Amino acid sequence: MTPAVPLPVAGGDWAAIFAQYLLLSLLSIGGAIGTAPEMHRFLVEQHHWMTNEQFSASVAIAQAAPGPNLLFVAVLGWGLGGFFGMCVTMTGILLPSTTLTLAAARWGEARRSTRGVQAFVMGMAPLTVGLVVSTGYILGKPSYGNPWLLATMAATVAVCLRTKVSPLWLIAAGGLVGAFLA
Amino acid sequence: MAPPETTLEPAAGPRSILDDDAPRAPKSPGEIFRVFTRLALQGFGGVLPIAQRELVERERWLTREQFLELLAVAQVLPGPNVVNLSLMFGDRAFGWRGGLAALGGMILAPWCVVMLLALAYAHYAQHPVVAGALRGMGAVAAGLILSTGLKLIPALRRNALGAPAALVLAALTFAGIALLRVPLVWMLAGLGGLACVAAWRRLAP
Repeated sequence: MTPAVPLPVAGGDWAAIFAQYLLLSLLSIGGAIGTAPEMHRFLVEQHHWMTNEQFSASVAIAQAAPGPNLLFVAVLGWGLGGFFGMCVTMTGILLPSTTLTLAAARWGEARRSTRGVQAFVMGMAPLTVGLVVSTGYILGKPSYGNPWLLATMAATVAVCLRTKVSPLWLIAAGGLVGAFLA
Repeated sequence: MAPPETTLEPAAGPRSILDDDAPRAPKSPGEIFRVFTRLALQGFGGVLPIAQRELVERERWLTREQFLELLAVAQVLPGPNVVNLSLMFGDRAFGWRGGLAALGGMILAPWCVVMLLALAYAHYAQHPVVAGALRGMGAVAAGLILSTGLKLIPALRRNALGAPAALVLAALTFAGIALLRVPLVWMLAGLGGLACVAAWRRLAP
């Protein structure tokens, strides 16, 4: 169980956090959100630097804002240590993948249809699906004990699978439900 | 809102993004930065559809085929797809300066918005109504991502591994990551490695 109050991040911990995000950058195949379970395992379960609620709220904040969903990494960093923490996590998550993309884009373009690259894409695709579903499950953790929140989550899934409503409206509706009912 | 004037020429055989046949081209890294800032700020809950509309239909810097090819390469590389796509687009136009302009346009302005929201959260998190609202928003965020994952499942039918094997791999990933909390590296290296080897064999010419 995670404690109700998060532990403070000490000086040496920042190196570990930076190293973790450098690694996650290289592991984020199929999008940054797929690495959220690993961030949760590291920040919430292993080191208790953050609570389940803080973690889920951080992702919710990023989803309520425009831009790439990668920015949940910035909000997590902010929660760990303000502006400095945000720079640590964002630099960590962007540096390796950006460097690799600039270096390898042309290489990959030329070999996109080769057997090796195809095998990599096909082999990793099921894991990407599993990772995204895992992210949804883990972000739902603060909601499972509360019937209103659980119903909100279930309704979101139902609406998303059937309609093309903008996520912004759903998040606003969720905010209202949470503020006045849950 | 861009008018839907999609004057796409009929697809004539296989194409490569190296073919320089887009109707227009960006004039400078500064213009790339401005356009990417504009499209990033419109992207609520996903920038990719906006990127396609702005780059293909409005600016006409890419044909639809070029966009899809860039996206395919972006998905192979680690990192967020839309960030990789921006980098590659900018890099093709103006080298690394263009890549950084596109990346900066894609993340700087949204980053500032997110930072303001995080500041507000830190300030009001103790307020019961705000805390409740964020719990509700968190439940929606979880549902949004869960449904994204569920919508990806039908695409596994076209996987070279075959639908049953791909579904089992996705389920094992969920069990390992979400329930057993196996570190991601082991999961990708172990299960992912096996899956890639299996796909390699299935793809034998």
